[in-house]
Amino acid sequence: MHKPRIRWHIAIFLAPAVLIYTSVMIFPLFNTLRLALFSKVDQERVYVGLENFRTLFFDPIWSEQFWNALGNNFWFFLVHMLVQNPIGIALAALLSHPRLRFAALYRSAIFIPTILSFVIVGFAWKLILSPIWGIAPSMLDAVGLKSLFAPWLGKEEYALTTLAMISVWQFVGIPMMLIYAALLSIPEEMLEAGEIDGVTGFAAFWKIKLPLILPSIGIISILTFVGNFNAFDLIYASQGALAGPDFSTDILGTFMYRTFFGFQLQLGDPHMGSAIAGAMFAIILVGVCLYLFGIQTRMRRYQL
Amino acid sequence: MKRNFMMAALTGTALVATSALAEDATLTVESWRNDDLTLWQDKIIPAFEATHPGIKIKFSPSAPTEYNAVLNSKLDAGSAGDLITCRPFDASLALYEAGHLAALDDMTAMGNFSDVAKSAWQTDDGSASFCVPMASVIHGFIYNKDAFAELGLDVPTTEDEFFAALETIKEDGNYIPMAMGTNDQWEAATMGYNNIGPNYWKGEEGRKALIAGEQKLTEEQWVAPYATLAKWADYLGDGFEAQTYPDSQNLFTLGRAAIYPAGSWEISGFNAQADFEMGAFKPPVRAAGDTCYISDHTDIGIGMNASTAHPEAAKAFLSWVASPEFAEIFGNALPGFFPLSNAPVELEDPLAKEFVSWRGECESTIRSTYQILSRGTPNLENETWGASAAAIKGTETPEALAEELQSGLASWYEPQQ
Repeated sequence: MHKPRIRWHIAIFLAPAVLIYTSVMIFPLFNTLRLALFSKVDQERVYVGLENFRTLFFDPIWSEQFWNALGNNFWFFLVHMLVQNPIGIALAALLSHPRLRFAALYRSAIFIPTILSFVIVGFAWKLILSPIWGIAPSMLDAVGLKSLFAPWLGKEEYALTTLAMISVWQFVGIPMMLIYAALLSIPEEMLEAGEIDGVTGFAAFWKIKLPLILPSIGIISILTFVGNFNAFDLIYASQGALAGPDFSTDILGTFMYRTFFGFQLQLGDPHMGSAIAGAMFAIILVGVCLYLFGIQTRMRRYQL
Repeated sequence: MKRNFMMAALTGTALVATSALAEDATLTVESWRNDDLTLWQDKIIPAFEATHPGIKIKFSPSAPTEYNAVLNSKLDAGSAGDLITCRPFDASLALYEAGHLAALDDMTAMGNFSDVAKSAWQTDDGSASFCVPMASVIHGFIYNKDAFAELGLDVPTTEDEFFAALETIKEDGNYIPMAMGTNDQWEAATMGYNNIGPNYWKGEEGRKALIAGEQKLTEEQWVAPYATLAKWADYLGDGFEAQTYPDSQNLFTLGRAAIYPAGSWEISGFNAQADFEMGAFKPPVRAAGDTCYISDHTDIGIGMNASTAHPEAAKAFLSWVASPEFAEIFGNALPGFFPLSNAPVELEDPLAKEFVSWRGECESTIRSTYQILSRGTPNLENETWGASAAAIKGTETPEALAEELQSGLASWYEPQQ
């Protein structure tokens, strides 16, 4: 009888990654979920089951804030899907045009904001849009459109959309790069074959290229979804933890931060904060699962 | 063998303990005021050590935004300093209730402070005090004296005069009448609502009645300040909705705005920045001859770590902090942070002097939302920020705002139910 050898090297090679990932990701994640099941009563931590979630969803004070943040989050995501990704695809299509000059320059220029820190982006745009020192009002004035200027970041009805656009400006380089790479991988012969059949220009894009890059667009959508529902930095850097004006830019990330760590006179409540973090985790998990099992598996793939 | 080792270890610790007694007691001060490091090293610590041989002080501040978290974890781990700078109200009360701060009622020096001064660091029923009050900040308005002279304006004392002055400045057009924005929200509440409000709710009388549940936020004296704030909007300059706190400071110190709704903490910064002469006036009263009320808000205190190794030395330091000598050093080194002890202190900065002189003319109170009322969810202080900003922008009526605040407060605060 030949006993199969235990292949120790697999475990050893996996160990560093597994250990590090477990200690910095998996353990904190489950510990946070566990923390959401407790509450602090008279300096003692007591187990309360799903009570924190009941408060979060059904107590009018908490649920109003939660739904407001969730709604804002969806709007934030929608703006990215409707503005950032189509522009990213269009830019990639232009860049992949063989006769475009200075393509490398445009590519780098559009990608650079992505590597900037949120704090710098938030601060720079706050200055640009400032009604007092900003260049936005004077630039609009120069073309005679001063009347269109408003203190966008300070108005409830515009602030969230303005921030979403700033974020689009910052991250449009990511879909552009991914789509650009996908477009470059389309073999030249296929386009030439199309040309022979009379499919050129726009028609070639719609009928040949777009179906071939659909899987990449799917990946970009899911990255946008996860990124947006975890967003926090830009809002915090430009509007503060209270996500003003009047909570109109409050998203789940800022809501969670405020609850968990406290703010000004509000003392931090790690247990309710963990409950919100748990809800965020569930929302993202459901979204990703819907995509993976509902869309990804049905998407048609072509052998290139 | 084992027993011998134990004996040796015991004598060893005993020796260490006696030698520690013979040495100086070194007290470490925890604080969030890292701006004050040089003040402590150059003035406060030498003055104290000169009169108290055998006690050494070490000031070890951390960043303001991290202070509460850092302090809590140090206290839980038992590595916190002997003396602890106290945030006002609930943050410190929580430390006292958790047994981290010692009660100080048996210190005779606590008699140097008024009840209002002590209220920020007491249990709700006032039975125990756990921090020595160090300083307060006073609210009012700072104005550009050159601008007022140019336009022939006098310092307004009543609300009508105040709005008349704003109107004159606006008509002239050279200056933005008042520098304040609503972007950061807290200025609207702190320098707006809680600045002018005490004149409406009669300071302590109204504040205490609110805590006791005898008044409601929907009553006239609590709603009317929002109506007054709504009138400010016309005088705040273009785009005030997106104007931030540093924007407002710069507008004023660059001489582009005539009036700045202020807290006295601005004084040292403004002295360094502005090259024109500044004056200050207290929140205008509603009708001539009314009693004036000012917000004289308790901001910093200092207490003793309950598990300090040197309680006697720590108490000696706290008694000294309560003395007029400390008040004089602190008040002059940090104009705008006013010592709270009853002993009169001679200040040198003219602007600071102006602010502190109101204590003699008006009744002092603290910000209405700070004691007890911001303990639950929704947090009344944070809600007041939003409400004050909304009142100025005119996005909601004062009555509707008050209604919301009241129902939020009543949802968790029993006396208001």
